[in-house]
Amino acid sequence: MWEQIRSNERRSLFVLAGMGVLLVATGAALGVTFTGDPEAMIFGAGGALALWLVLWMITVTGGDQILLGMAGAREIEKKDHPQLFNIVEEMTIAAALPKRPKVYLVDDPSPNAFAAGREPGNAAVAVTTGLLAILDRDELQGVVAHEIGHIKNRDVKLMVTAGIMVGAIAMLADMGRRALWMGGARRSRSSSKEENGAQAALMIAALVLMIVAPLLAQLVYFALSRRREYLADASGAMFTRYPAGLASALEKLSGGRAPLADTSSVTAPMYIVPPMRAHGAAAFALFSTHPPMEERVRILRKMAGASYTDYDRAFAAVKGGHIVGERSQREAGQVPRRAAFGAEGALPLAATVATAAAAVPAAEPELAPEARRRQANDAFLTASGYEVRSCGACGATAKIPPSLRGKVKTCPRCSEPYPV
Amino acid sequence: MIGVWIGLGVFFLLVVWFISIYNGLVRLRNEKDNGWSQIDVQLKRRHDLIPNLVETAKGYMQHERGTLEAVIKARNAAMSAQGPKQVGQAEGQLGAALQGFFGLSEAYPDLKANTNFLALQEELSSTENKIGFARQAYNDAATRYNNAREVFPANMISGGFRPAELYVIEDAKERVVPKVSFGS
Repeated sequence: MWEQIRSNERRSLFVLAGMGVLLVATGAALGVTFTGDPEAMIFGAGGALALWLVLWMITVTGGDQILLGMAGAREIEKKDHPQLFNIVEEMTIAAALPKRPKVYLVDDPSPNAFAAGREPGNAAVAVTTGLLAILDRDELQGVVAHEIGHIKNRDVKLMVTAGIMVGAIAMLADMGRRALWMGGARRSRSSSKEENGAQAALMIAALVLMIVAPLLAQLVYFALSRRREYLADASGAMFTRYPAGLASALEKLSGGRAPLADTSSVTAPMYIVPPMRAHGAAAFALFSTHPPMEERVRILRKMAGASYTDYDRAFAAVKGGHIVGERSQREAGQVPRRAAFGAEGALPLAATVATAAAAVPAAEPELAPEARRRQANDAFLTASGYEVRSCGACGATAKIPPSLRGKVKTCPRCSEPYPV
Repeated sequence: MIGVWIGLGVFFLLVVWFISIYNGLVRLRNEKDNGWSQIDVQLKRRHDLIPNLVETAKGYMQHERGTLEAVIKARNAAMSAQGPKQVGQAEGQLGAALQGFFGLSEAYPDLKANTNFLALQEELSSTENKIGFARQAYNDAATRYNNAREVFPANMISGGFRPAELYVIEDAKERVVPKVSFGS
């Protein structure tokens, strides 16, 4: 894991280490406030690490299932939505993941997608039915590539590790502030004046840390999340060799979004677009898990090729600074952008010829959004155990809920019996 | 005495260094080989899908026998091709034949409304993509592997690791997108 993150971006690891230091410092401060004894700092720091470890263990065992369950996601099979499945397979190959992630569908009209799973060999990609309804194949491929990028870059593990640190810091600081409120530290045994003065200074430092640490941890966490979003965009562009697909998908996603029904702030960094409506302080860029959409689109549109280096250059032009680690850039080398998929959505054989787009036959008429929405809903229903029966007489298709499976013998519209 | 310990320490470090470089090279070589086998898997899948496709299209495209036969012929040639170079060429021709076929199918609305055909089309398009992405992933892995075995100091012990060849499209014909004319 660390190797992957390091080659992508060393800075993320420094940030994580910084958060660890903050956690230990908060623990030490708590030790001081409880006992008033500088020696207790060691115990406080140790306690903080122990708390983090316990929380981490809890999340590691069964965290993904909680996440997917919380989002109301259902695993689908290839026959439920062949196109989505094929796209995930394509991106698995492009990213050279050891195994295809499981594919989940969330029945929600709000277009969004997220990745889960700490190890690339045991991961999942989930998309909403609303996403399938509005995106064409190229755009969907871009979104899936972004999510596979999160998996490949080990972002789930990184963000969960960081998220637990934020939580632990908040818990410790809260405990410390309460302790101070309830009557402060126990009087120390010593009565010498300088020692009392030093102790008071220490207490004030501890108090300041208790107030500042949770806020700082939050800000750092959000900044880390935003950087990993950019990186996942870069990976997505690299896997598809087609930044325009993801860019156009993001444009569609940024227009008039309704918030997702079942999400929490813990899972937010894993989505392709922020799942919750920003309000109040959350609308402020510093407190956002995701970079502004217009900026992400601008960077993708500015890319000259499809490599990490191209993304890094576009990033520097739009925002300044660097985003992708040098080692990743060097290893990936030069990567040309490919032309848009042709008539049948296939990679043109002349993938390296940028002008091929003009020669490609007229595009296949896109499925109407209504048809796509229906297709996506059907996929979700069959994955949830619904039975689909078509009537030979009137042509109506009935979707029978799992509780009535096998019990409906005649067509609900024309009462003709179904063939056995 | 202390000299012995230093010597032992240096020796130990050298062993650790050797193991880490050697294992790194093995890992990269496996990634590269895995990438190559992915290409094979997808090519085979394409061969398996084509008879179904032609069977479905036959009824609708009676006037395009030539195109259909060209697809079948290219497929059979690709299946019997031997060696990377021949395979590369034959597969390239098959890809071109398929593109020509799909271009023509645009002119047959009945065929385009056939759900079986649409499913096959999605399957084949996706297989085509997967071939492209597998090549891409193979080349990425091969580049990483080659770089790793050439840089100093790994090049002192990478003698047993043969350099990987990149998968390049050699045939000039494969580089151009086939022209599709709808007749008039």
